[in-house]
Amino acid sequence: MIEPDLIRDEELEKLLIEIAELYGYDFTQYSKASIKRRVNRICVIDKFTSFAELRYQLIKQPSYLQRFIEEITVNVTEMFRDPSFYKALRDDVFPQLGTYPIIRIWLAGCSTGEEVYSLAIIAKETNLIQKTLFYATDINPSVLEKARDGIFPLSQMKLYSENYINSGGLKNFSDYYTANYDFARFNDDLKQKMIFSTHNLVSDRSFNEFQLIICRNVLIYFDKDLQAKVFKLFDDSLEHLGFLGLGSKETLRFSQLDKHYHQISTEKIWRKQKEDKRLIKSNHF
Amino acid sequence: MDTIFLIGGSAGSLKVLLEVLPELSANLTFPIIIILHRKGYVDSQLVNLLNAKTSLNVIEPDDKEPLSPGNIYLAPPDYHLLLEQDKTISLDFSEKFNFSRPSIDITFSSAVKIFKENTFALILSGANADGVEGLKAVKANNGTTLAQNPITAEVNYMPLQAITQSKIDFVLNPSEIAAFINKLNVS
Repeated sequence: MIEPDLIRDEELEKLLIEIAELYGYDFTQYSKASIKRRVNRICVIDKFTSFAELRYQLIKQPSYLQRFIEEITVNVTEMFRDPSFYKALRDDVFPQLGTYPIIRIWLAGCSTGEEVYSLAIIAKETNLIQKTLFYATDINPSVLEKARDGIFPLSQMKLYSENYINSGGLKNFSDYYTANYDFARFNDDLKQKMIFSTHNLVSDRSFNEFQLIICRNVLIYFDKDLQAKVFKLFDDSLEHLGFLGLGSKETLRFSQLDKHYHQISTEKIWRKQKEDKRLIKSNHF
Repeated sequence: MDTIFLIGGSAGSLKVLLEVLPELSANLTFPIIIILHRKGYVDSQLVNLLNAKTSLNVIEPDDKEPLSPGNIYLAPPDYHLLLEQDKTISLDFSEKFNFSRPSIDITFSSAVKIFKENTFALILSGANADGVEGLKAVKANNGTTLAQNPITAEVNYMPLQAITQSKIDFVLNPSEIAAFINKLNVS
């Protein structure tokens, strides 16, 4: 079914405000076109015949909120998705990170964890895993449980293995997991440096300084104002000369931050400029 | 910029685009959005290939890219392309629709919410029924629907579905498409 106009813009707006006030989860600045599709989809899946029914359920049944968040946020991910992005991390970013005594990486919107395990594999192969901390956060607590377990469907391993090889992987991908029935359980040595926590990019603040922040295919669901706010959060959380990695169709181009960041390759990876360069730049423009 | 021209296609539609693009007027006063089903890998080549065929600018847009007249936007592989009220592009990596991402239905029905009766939507050759629901949404909002003449299509399933399941205003041969688009130009 394609967006039957079950939902009117004003009604949706009102519901999102109610949810923010009742539960503290603020979706009011999510991109309109997309969230309307998501809300419509949940009406179809959970067989609500009207928007009022969904609203009633959400307001009267706090336990339903978790379900709503799971369906509203898109949790589609894979290991080494966009292999060329991971190749650029391996070849251009990790060697630079190696100069720091401790490396702190923030993966914002980590979903079920496929990306953080990909990063850990690169850190291991570049001999940096011992001094790296991976902070993996998501708005949704139930995906974090899965991420912590590091157990992914065995059926995906063929694709992930191809992605891994295309990203410059050096080993046998199957060395990193143990196959058990239909699942692949990733090795504990990859997990040792991972810290999982809920973090809401809309409402929570910076919690550390990082040399690398990766946030892929999360910002596409936010409107421009919210994007600007999150870019500011990333800027506040990134050391000078730190790196910011975005999804393949996300960009700093339409953001205020653009002039303080330098895109390091054709991949969506930017490097924060040194303070003095930023001053020079801002004097010029 | 009140008008939008949408083109959806699958198997066999690249050939049509390569015929249409060189004939398009160099100063179109509205944007065109192309949604093509394609396999992941030859992507960057596709945008280059289309660019080489026209003096218009063919772009594979980033998220939040504003629409500009005279630009041709090619939906990036693996994302649904939606439009916002302020005429910027929103990309969305949610579930496939009709086994497709990008889905023609999703872009057509999103665009018509913004451009209403000034939406033109054309379905080309293909082996999938994606597009039919989108055409219905365009029609329901008094937009204009078009399909490639199935006789001229390499794979006629998609234009046939469009014609039999939704109300199509114009059935065009590939050689007639560019002239139709150019005539929409407002001086």
